Amino acid sequence: MTVTAAFFYLFATIAVASGFMVIASRNPVQSVLFLILAFVNAAGLFLMMGAEFLAMILVIVYVGAVAVLFLFVTMMLDVDFAELRQGFLQYLPFGALIGVVFFLELTLVIGAYIIDPGLVRSPAVPIPSPDVMTNTEALGQVLYTRYFYFFQAAGLILLVAMIGAIVLTLRERKGIRRQNISVQNARTAQDVQVRKVPFRQGI
Amino acid sequence: MNTALAIPAFGPVLPEIILAAGVLALVLFGAIRGEGSSGIINILALVLIGAALVAVLMLPSERVETMGGSFVVDSFAKFMKALTLIASSAGIILSLDFMRRAGINRFEYPILIVLSTIGMLMVISSNDLIALYLGLELLSLSSYVIAAFDRDNVRSTEAGLKYFVLGALSSGMLLYGASLVYGFTGSVSFPTIATTLQGSAGFGLVFGLVFVAAGIAFKISAVPFHMWTPDVYEGAPTPVTAFFAAAPKMAGMAMAVRVFIDAFPGILGQWQQIIVFSAIASMALGSFAAIGQRNLKRLMAYSSIGNVGFALVGLATGTSEGIQGVVIYMAIYLAMTLGTFAVILSMRRGDRMFETIEDLSGLSRTHPLMAFCLAMMMFSLAGIPPLAGFFAKFAVFTAAINANLVTLAVIGVVTSVIGAYYYLRIVKVMYFDEAVERYDAMPSGVRFVLALSSVFVVLYVLFPAPLTAAAGAAARSLF
Repeated sequence: MTVTAAFFYLFATIAVASGFMVIASRNPVQSVLFLILAFVNAAGLFLMMGAEFLAMILVIVYVGAVAVLFLFVTMMLDVDFAELRQGFLQYLPFGALIGVVFFLELTLVIGAYIIDPGLVRSPAVPIPSPDVMTNTEALGQVLYTRYFYFFQAAGLILLVAMIGAIVLTLRERKGIRRQNISVQNARTAQDVQVRKVPFRQGI
Repeated sequence: MNTALAIPAFGPVLPEIILAAGVLALVLFGAIRGEGSSGIINILALVLIGAALVAVLMLPSERVETMGGSFVVDSFAKFMKALTLIASSAGIILSLDFMRRAGINRFEYPILIVLSTIGMLMVISSNDLIALYLGLELLSLSSYVIAAFDRDNVRSTEAGLKYFVLGALSSGMLLYGASLVYGFTGSVSFPTIATTLQGSAGFGLVFGLVFVAAGIAFKISAVPFHMWTPDVYEGAPTPVTAFFAAAPKMAGMAMAVRVFIDAFPGILGQWQQIIVFSAIASMALGSFAAIGQRNLKRLMAYSSIGNVGFALVGLATGTSEGIQGVVIYMAIYLAMTLGTFAVILSMRRGDRMFETIEDLSGLSRTHPLMAFCLAMMMFSLAGIPPLAGFFAKFAVFTAAINANLVTLAVIGVVTSVIGAYYYLRIVKVMYFDEAVERYDAMPSGVRFVLALSSVFVVLYVLFPAPLTAAAGAAARSLF
């Protein structure tokens, strides 16, 4: 019990702290790295609740794909984050409003729980109990059978996304040097020059 | 837990399977053959849609559920699917010449049309909220891409982006509403929701219902979720606009009927107000806002908003007669809108397309037959007997009066008279203004669509029985 609690507080503290660092850190690349840390800790929390499938998906999809994409975007785009922060005070009232709404919702949920604990049923309890079946297995039981139709439809949607991305962005550009493997392989030793490059001078 | 799972019946899903398998083959074929293959892929896509249409017509007429109860086929689904497939094939036929001349005849266009059609068929046959949402996303995502298909044109990309952002917002609203409905009824399946909700609905459920209605209203461009329509219609390439005005409207209206009649029949009083409001607002906006338009594509956007309002009058009744009205209205609207867009697509001199009302002046002297066809479309859209449009409006207004929605019917008639002004102005410009230069000869595909829709609009008065009977059977299958 104490071990569970210890792990819970470990994950929860790091998740909240790194969540704070995402918005507090000055360097956007560090922000993304803190975001990844927050995701990993959230995955740990999921794991403790018996939702191991969700935990793995969080790591694979959010850390593996989404956060890395963020990282690429922040590194490649020349966004002036100092300039973005200029309007911080301007948006403060709106942000505060959203904060108040979240706080009220939280109070309502906790208030309802104090009045009648039976009112708030924990949605985290997996439908088949984890002793009978892991929730990955439970998903696998229905994904390709009962939900086969939805699965196929989702596949078609992804196909559309792929075709759409290609249609809208792929274009033939002139003057690009492409790798031509057969030409590379057909080179003989005479075609290749080996030169000694002087240090700090280049060719 | 290892229950033996029966393989679902694939018969009722045959049209979708034909299209899906076919489109995968076409993607492969196009990718191997490269850019030059658009001509043959257009033909093959038309063949696919034709095959799906045959499969739809051969479906059984009685109600069949399959895919674990997520997919339903009945007379209503059959009828609306047939209309959608006709509209999609027209979307390809109208594009043939235009895309080639605009230099954007890439093979992905017919493929995206077919993919979007699969989404429409899925939406029409959806029997639970998940199937509805997935079908809608398939339909919408393909639409966003084809709106921006002329990617080097600023207006087309703007249309695509605007459609995408607003569409994503509306999908979010629909999904939020669907989750509330699921939370308050405990089921995503329409029949279960219908049996759970009898007589009264809690506040939370009505909240969810409003969000679902908002998502649907966006798709059929009903007021107050119409704001994207004029910009997208004006910016998208004209054949794409024709497609948007025809096919997704059929699917969207079928989706509205499916959700409200199949899932929420027990709480008619709750959603009737929403639909009545949306119908009145759409009819009014469609009539008033179109008066100031000079661009024909924008004008048709407002016209389609108004027409959706008229069709919603039928849905607002919640009766079998009202749904019959909706089905008749959509069938006739399809013919009128395709005919009008066929004329807009023929206004071309060399490489330049003309899109304003002034460009139509004196069309009766330069192209008498085209002017006559367009005049018939305009008279029909204005609801002047004996053309088809009159009977469409007649069907929904009679249903409204029989369902004690007299005020709604009266407002409908008044707005329809106001709307007649801008339709008749086009006729006036064509017949009484100074003639401009001749346009190029009509491409054969466009001519085919125009001829077919003109014949339908003009001669409907002589043979209304087949459509009325089929629409009646379609409506009865829902009750």
